[in-house]
Amino acid sequence: MNPVLRLAIIPLLLMLGGCEFLLFDPKGPIAAAEMDLIIFSFLIMMIVVIPVFFMTFWFAIKYRADKKDSEYLPNWEHSNKIEFVVWVVPLIIIVILGVITFKTSFSLDPRKPIESDKPTMRIQVVAMDWKWLFIYPEQEIATVNEFAMPVDTPVEFLITSDTVMNSFFVPQLGSMIYAMAGMENQLYLIADQTGDFRGLSANYSGFGFSGMKFKALVKSDQEFESWVSKVKSSPTALDSSTYKALSVKTKDHPVEHYATVNPLMFNRIIEKYTGAQNGQ
Amino acid sequence: MSQLTVPEAGYTGYVSEEHHHDYAGDTLLGFWIYIMSDCILFASLFATYAVLSTSFAGMITPKELFDLNFVAVETALLLFSSFTFGMAMLGAQKKNMTQLMLWLGITFAMGAGFLAMELYEFWHFTHEGAGYFTSAYWSAFYALVGTHGLHVFAGMLWMVILVVHLLKDGITDTNFTRLSCLSLFWHFLDIIWICVFSLVYLMGVM
Amino acid sequence: MANKATIVTDPHPIFGKLTWDSIPYHDPIILTTFLVVVMIGVGVVGAILYYGKLRYLWDEWLTSVDHKKIGIMYIIAAFIMLIRGFSDALLMRSQQALAVSDTSGVGYLPPEHYDQIFTAHGVIMIFFVAMPLIVGLMNLVVPLQIGARDVAFPFLNSLSFWLFVVGAMLVNASLFVGEFAATGWLAYPPLSGLEYSPWVGVDYWLWALQISGIGTLLSGVNFFVTIIRMRAPGMSLMKMPVFTWTSLCANVLIILAFPILTVTITLLTLDRYIGTNFFTNDLGGNQMMYVNLVWAWGHPEVYILMLPAFGIFSEVTATFSRKRLFGYTSLVWATACIMVLSFMVWLHHFFTMGAGASVNAFFGIATMIISIPTGVKIFNWLFTMYKGRVRFDSPMWWTASFIITFTIGGVTGVMLAIPAASFVLHNSLFLVAHFHNVIIGGALFGYFAGLTYWFPKATGFKLNETLGKWACALWTIGFFMAFMPLYVLGFMGMTRRLNYYDNPVWNDWLLVAGAGALIVLLAICVQFYQIFASIRDRKKNLDLTGDPWDARTLEWATSSPPPFYNFARTPEVRDRDQFHFMKEHNLAYKQPESYSRIHMPKNTWAGIVIGLLSGVMGFAMIWHIWWLAIVSTAAMLISFIVYNFQKGKDYYVEVDEIVALENEHFAKVAQATDASEDGEYSVRQRGTPLSMPA
Repeated sequence: MNPVLRLAIIPLLLMLGGCEFLLFDPKGPIAAAEMDLIIFSFLIMMIVVIPVFFMTFWFAIKYRADKKDSEYLPNWEHSNKIEFVVWVVPLIIIVILGVITFKTSFSLDPRKPIESDKPTMRIQVVAMDWKWLFIYPEQEIATVNEFAMPVDTPVEFLITSDTVMNSFFVPQLGSMIYAMAGMENQLYLIADQTGDFRGLSANYSGFGFSGMKFKALVKSDQEFESWVSKVKSSPTALDSSTYKALSVKTKDHPVEHYATVNPLMFNRIIEKYTGAQNGQ
Repeated sequence: MSQLTVPEAGYTGYVSEEHHHDYAGDTLLGFWIYIMSDCILFASLFATYAVLSTSFAGMITPKELFDLNFVAVETALLLFSSFTFGMAMLGAQKKNMTQLMLWLGITFAMGAGFLAMELYEFWHFTHEGAGYFTSAYWSAFYALVGTHGLHVFAGMLWMVILVVHLLKDGITDTNFTRLSCLSLFWHFLDIIWICVFSLVYLMGVM
Repeated sequence: MANKATIVTDPHPIFGKLTWDSIPYHDPIILTTFLVVVMIGVGVVGAILYYGKLRYLWDEWLTSVDHKKIGIMYIIAAFIMLIRGFSDALLMRSQQALAVSDTSGVGYLPPEHYDQIFTAHGVIMIFFVAMPLIVGLMNLVVPLQIGARDVAFPFLNSLSFWLFVVGAMLVNASLFVGEFAATGWLAYPPLSGLEYSPWVGVDYWLWALQISGIGTLLSGVNFFVTIIRMRAPGMSLMKMPVFTWTSLCANVLIILAFPILTVTITLLTLDRYIGTNFFTNDLGGNQMMYVNLVWAWGHPEVYILMLPAFGIFSEVTATFSRKRLFGYTSLVWATACIMVLSFMVWLHHFFTMGAGASVNAFFGIATMIISIPTGVKIFNWLFTMYKGRVRFDSPMWWTASFIITFTIGGVTGVMLAIPAASFVLHNSLFLVAHFHNVIIGGALFGYFAGLTYWFPKATGFKLNETLGKWACALWTIGFFMAFMPLYVLGFMGMTRRLNYYDNPVWNDWLLVAGAGALIVLLAICVQFYQIFASIRDRKKNLDLTGDPWDARTLEWATSSPPPFYNFARTPEVRDRDQFHFMKEHNLAYKQPESYSRIHMPKNTWAGIVIGLLSGVMGFAMIWHIWWLAIVSTAAMLISFIVYNFQKGKDYYVEVDEIVALENEHFAKVAQATDASEDGEYSVRQRGTPLSMPA
């Protein structure tokens, strides 16, 4: 969006704490658009907020009881002009914000596929007690509390839970979405810079919630490929017995790599709850 | 700038004569508002039922169990009991204790019949493998229909208490207000039942 | 504490799940708290018995149906619960200030404890502090403002109060017997379901909220009927004081929203107690339905708390600006708009659940629309000050602080209402900062303004002004220090409810927030001291006339505190600012020539007895002591029937008694002198405390 707006506010924030402001340090276009939205909505509302602050102090000083030379109209209680302004100005702001809300609800819809020259990659995400399992159905590998994705490649995250409700969130890449058992939520994200980014659960899920963190590793294509081969060289595979062991409640679970995984495992985890109802 | 009203001569700021407050009116309005909130309660249960209306989880479906003829008899009992309650109210208006008691008794009997049929139906469904624990659909079914049944039961209990009141004091103003409230309640349950009948049973067999 | 000992798979036939292990006597913090509470309890009871006040307490307070006394009891209970809720806040702030796992370890509170604390904090602050404060103020003020002698259903009012008390008692009992929910204040399933929370904590949550929620619903019906039917002659709807208007709207919201809570809680109870499948992961249960239902109640609840606060600010601003309220009509319409819209926005609490883009857009825009009438209200208060003579007594301090704070909360609220922004801000500390911003800076500051404003009406003397201003200043500074860092932390990607974290940068901001909480602690201490000092020095602050602020509405037309019948003669209303109108036309402080006897309700045992029995029932249900649950339910029903058959629930106050009380009042009025130093714009005002005879 408007780079001028960004210029106006980011230096202020950077002065405060450098790049620790994850939401203002986006590493992908979705997160960047969301940052712009936050900044723009904040600035446009200043049209009302600044006059309110100003009037509060001005009226409080000018019309305080001991200032007897100020005008005093004890029975004045109505003015069409003022009423018009105080209804219409907020209305205009909300109309502008409403249009933007409507547009961005669609353009930043988590389910909207991202257009790119590169094909979309798929990662399946399972929230467990209390760790995140990432399954790569195409590469047939799986990891815990860490995933990698190639830069500039759209990724389709399919998200479910094998326990209570959680929320999958990588602040610097953009939107979060809930992970719920028996359901598959869909989230498209893309990164335009490489790096290791923080990811976490954004919905309280019990005693081990604080440790439900993971690393999102955004890599160049070659680095991603070598990461995949590294995972494939791991001694363990994710089968029903290792999955059962993984399902035990653990806190601050370490990163784990699984060399192979049944590509249908994700569906099995969902079907465990939906039963024969949908039977996909 | 608005003009202030000027009080007329003799105005003191207080009423010249204290009026008797219509307490019965308060009670009726209050009860009416309570019924509105009860409506919301049922609306939430209906919404729950609608959301879960296909959540059979592979278990038995209502189509296999619902017997519209049976429900038609239940419905007839309840609808007719609304009519008999109306007759009872006419009796109360005429201060005719015999008519009042007779019709109240018939209403009570019909309510009891309805409840007995409902309980039998619950027992029967559970027996056929559709208990409240079977699937989310059946949980919602029992919660909705059961809450209505519980209301009917409360209405009948209230009827008994009211009969004792009537036998003690006769058809006084207070008792008439109470009777009017119960009447509202009873008709309200009828309307809810019509919704239950259409949304649960009719649509359930469709 | 959530230890294995509390899970009893095979309940004892007499004690249910309750065992000696349910009492956390091995935990020194809880044990100490318990001993202190017991000592205070024994001390209070001992003092009551020693001074022989039990009879007085029972006759005048516990069984009272007088709306003013019930209101005062609500407010006292709210302040007691504020101590508990705020202690939880301090524990959380200190835990987060200490818990950088890489450097300083994981703090001193394990998650099993910490998670109960944030749950209890939310539940207590909303249900057992904010709600009783506002219901208490409504009780105290609304009947007086409309010129009524009591509420429409005095017994129900007493019952509502006791049901609320029982809810609060159950929450407190959970501290010493068993444990509280560790699920977050709205207890989302499946986490709150039996599979993931098999302990009694969630059951305490269920029964405390269910019982007090029913009390609130009864209050809602009661006040709706009171306002609709018991206004003094001449008070048309558009002549009602704004606080009464906002209370009316809040009560409509209660009537429409609380049944949804009742159903939601009941369904979760059924899931936990008999094994239904409403919100379970399997067998077709639907956790999203719970979230929808609970917020369909929860969002209107926010406005139940907010709207009456708006009413308080309207009263306070007009009174202290010595001016008619600007834009009464648009304020009323703005309130009505908010009331309707508040039912159409609940989904904004979970944009990230995965609803479609059009659904999100609809709820986002609907939410933003609410900011229009809310903004209009702010401007109305500002233009009430405009061309007024604004006195900065402490209620006005709260109002000014509110306008600034609440505006910031409004801005962040609109930001959260944009679904695409919510995708990164949801469940972050930004969100936590936002709702504290509106609930503290909006609702709570309003309640404090209202408490200061109506305190002399309830007690007959004013609160200490200097201490009141200190409290306001400290609250404001403390609030900004405690919550502005949380906005920053939200931008840093910190989510709520974290027990520990590994990012040392966050720690600096959390230390500032912790310091802010300590300043708020100081502010609360000042408030308690203010109440103590004001009672001690009450002779200096007496309100002889019943109108210590030169106020405008009808509640100031009677004495302070008002006689139990409120008004000896029913007022006849001609103007929106009726009492100001009377003063202006020299009708105030004139004793009527004659009185007639007044019909009043008698006190009743039924409210407290049925209420406490419901507490026994709740406790029995929590611990699966089935026989006791059945016995107490039956006892409740029998008590209700006995009350129902009781005769002579009302009586007439005879003219002699009224004359005596009224003479006493007018003798006091005669003692007060004209407040001549303010004479320029208040010639009709008599007896501000400044001019009180020594």
